[in-house]
Amino acid sequence: MDQAIIIEKSVIIISVFALTMLMAMYSTLAERKIAAWLQDRIGPNRAGKGGILQPLADGLKLFAKEEFTPNTQNKFLFVTGPAISMSMALMTSAVIPWGDKLHLFGRDIILQATDIDVAILYVFGVLSVGVYGIMIGGWASNNKFSLMSAMRAASQMISYEVAMGMSIIALVMMTQTLSLKEIAEQQSGMNWNVFYQPVGFLIFLVCSFAETNRTPFDLAECEAELIGGYHTEYSSMRMGFYLFAEYASMFISSTILAVLYFGAYNYPGMDWMEQNVGVNIANVIGMFALFAKLCFFIFFYMWVRWTIPRFRYDQLMRLGWKMLIPLSIANIIITAIVLLLHDKAI
Amino acid sequence: MSDLLLPPEHRYAEEIKKRQNEDGSELSILNLGPTHPATHGIFQNILLMDGERILDGEGTVGYIHRAFEKIAENRPFYQITPLTDRMNYCSAPINNMGWWMTLEKALNIEVPKRVQYLRVIIMELARIADHIICNSVLGVDTGALTGFLYVFQYREKIYEIYEEICGARLTTNMGRIGGFEREWSPAAFKKINDFLEEFPAIWTEFENLLSRNRIFMDRTIDVGPISAEKAISYGFTGPNLRAAGVDYDIRVMQPYSSYEDFEFDIPVGKSGDTYDRFCVRNAEVWESLSIIKQALAKMPEGPFHANVPDYYLPPKEDVYTNMEALIYHFKIVMGEVPVPVTEVYHPVEGGNGELGFYLITDGSRTPYRLHFRRPCFIYYQAFNDMVKGQMLSDAIATLSSLNVIAGELDA
Repeated sequence: MDQAIIIEKSVIIISVFALTMLMAMYSTLAERKIAAWLQDRIGPNRAGKGGILQPLADGLKLFAKEEFTPNTQNKFLFVTGPAISMSMALMTSAVIPWGDKLHLFGRDIILQATDIDVAILYVFGVLSVGVYGIMIGGWASNNKFSLMSAMRAASQMISYEVAMGMSIIALVMMTQTLSLKEIAEQQSGMNWNVFYQPVGFLIFLVCSFAETNRTPFDLAECEAELIGGYHTEYSSMRMGFYLFAEYASMFISSTILAVLYFGAYNYPGMDWMEQNVGVNIANVIGMFALFAKLCFFIFFYMWVRWTIPRFRYDQLMRLGWKMLIPLSIANIIITAIVLLLHDKAI
Repeated sequence: MSDLLLPPEHRYAEEIKKRQNEDGSELSILNLGPTHPATHGIFQNILLMDGERILDGEGTVGYIHRAFEKIAENRPFYQITPLTDRMNYCSAPINNMGWWMTLEKALNIEVPKRVQYLRVIIMELARIADHIICNSVLGVDTGALTGFLYVFQYREKIYEIYEEICGARLTTNMGRIGGFEREWSPAAFKKINDFLEEFPAIWTEFENLLSRNRIFMDRTIDVGPISAEKAISYGFTGPNLRAAGVDYDIRVMQPYSSYEDFEFDIPVGKSGDTYDRFCVRNAEVWESLSIIKQALAKMPEGPFHANVPDYYLPPKEDVYTNMEALIYHFKIVMGEVPVPVTEVYHPVEGGNGELGFYLITDGSRTPYRLHFRRPCFIYYQAFNDMVKGQMLSDAIATLSSLNVIAGELDA
């Protein structure tokens, strides 16, 4: 392996990591600003111009707080919980294609940390390990509310992962690949998967809300019932990690939504731009297109959060098992039939 | 020692052991409170839980017991009003007015029509403020914060009206025996008119946001229901009883302060569940708005207080220049007013039910005995019965929709 590749990949990895952190940080500000906007308030505006330094101030505050550890049986697990949540939330971004390629220094630079051919499975695997952070943290807190929250999170994650996987199966049947890069490439122009898989998209969207623990599926941390849920006993940056992980995974799942269903970095006229204006400019615009799409989804997450109430535990289970899973199975069958008829026609 | 004197943990311990031996189920005790975000005050619920389901519960009261009834026995009558503020602090003027009306009943004072109408206006505003809080906090407890912030702004406007009338906002200590401390300023009437103009749009928006929201309906329909018979036998009153389908309203059954002059409906529910309580309160806000409008339209001319120099403070200029006024002022402030030996009960329709004042006097400067009939105290006793067999989230929604306010619960 030559040195150039190592440098290239390191730069990409570091920038993806920095990007994820930055997005997670600024999602907290965006959340508060959007909530304020939806609720006729002003929102944070003291730190910096228009509250632009608020996330830094929050982070600094969390670092400066006392680290309180409750009298639990296993202090190691208590510390492990937030660590797992955080690292799993950050690991997912490795396989996301941020853009097609740039032509710099006489070489093609693929804008992706790694293009593994089972990227979708990788994302799913990492996302589902993320729930262990909540479960372990909730269990190790030695608090009934935390334990209840951990139970809720676990059962919610299990039920919604099934429906999520099923909705992806239909997509994979159509695209014939598990690589995110290839899925992105197939959607060039306006060939976005959402037009071919609208039902699958809706199921995936609902499940993403459940997977990221956002309202109306934020049963694990509903403050009205469980005080703080799994992070009741956490303080200082350990709690910061949990909150951070939530925003990081929201960012990642928005990105995945954009990549799988909304054409990733593709935008109408991209081919024309590549031929007439230049590869680099076309692909930088592509990166911004992906960014715009994922920002829309982040906004959508927040919009929903500040609009509707949350489900009850049993209603959540009913929605998952009795509605989403049958729907996604039907979606698979219909997709299969259509594909079969389509092949015959050819 | 009797079983009932033991803390519930001890009694549940046996139950838990028994169930474990029977079918191996692992029950747990959950301590909901005293400081829990959903209790809106300080009271404790010890729940016996099977996972998320509540098998049994026991409420504990008294965390902010301030012995109001005992304090009242040692205070001159006008000094009891601040105590009433601190019961249901979400609708303090109703408590104040109820207390003045009780005194007027005991002292046989006829109050001018204008004062009665002004009292109706302020009491209905307080009812709106109370319902705003109760319904929007029910939204918060089910996870919808936004509606709460939309309408909370208008509670603020109601508080501004209070400020215009008496100078205080939360614990108002409003009024005097026989009327108000001063004439309502034109600014107060302007603020009321502005409120009447702006508020309906916001309240409609709030209703639209929640009342047909599928998730909200799922969360509240058939949650914490109570039948009409049971509600009556517990002693329910107010919106919680009306939600169960009983059209009992003190304003109609025993009209006070000229409520008989106004046309309004009594909204009733069917099943007495959380959703019905929400809807009844929503509808009552509209009725209150209509009552305020009628009262403003029919407002008679006249003085803002009854002519009772024995009880009503003379104007300050007279106190400095006039002998009799000075004597009256001194006697009233020291609480040395003539009080007959009597026994009265006066109920008013409070923000969340029948707020009654049972007063016994022995002719001295303080009450011999004063009992506040506090609706929250009664609702809270039924709470454990209502949530038995339901989920933890249901308990939170039920508690919220019963509008149990710790200050009134404990007094």
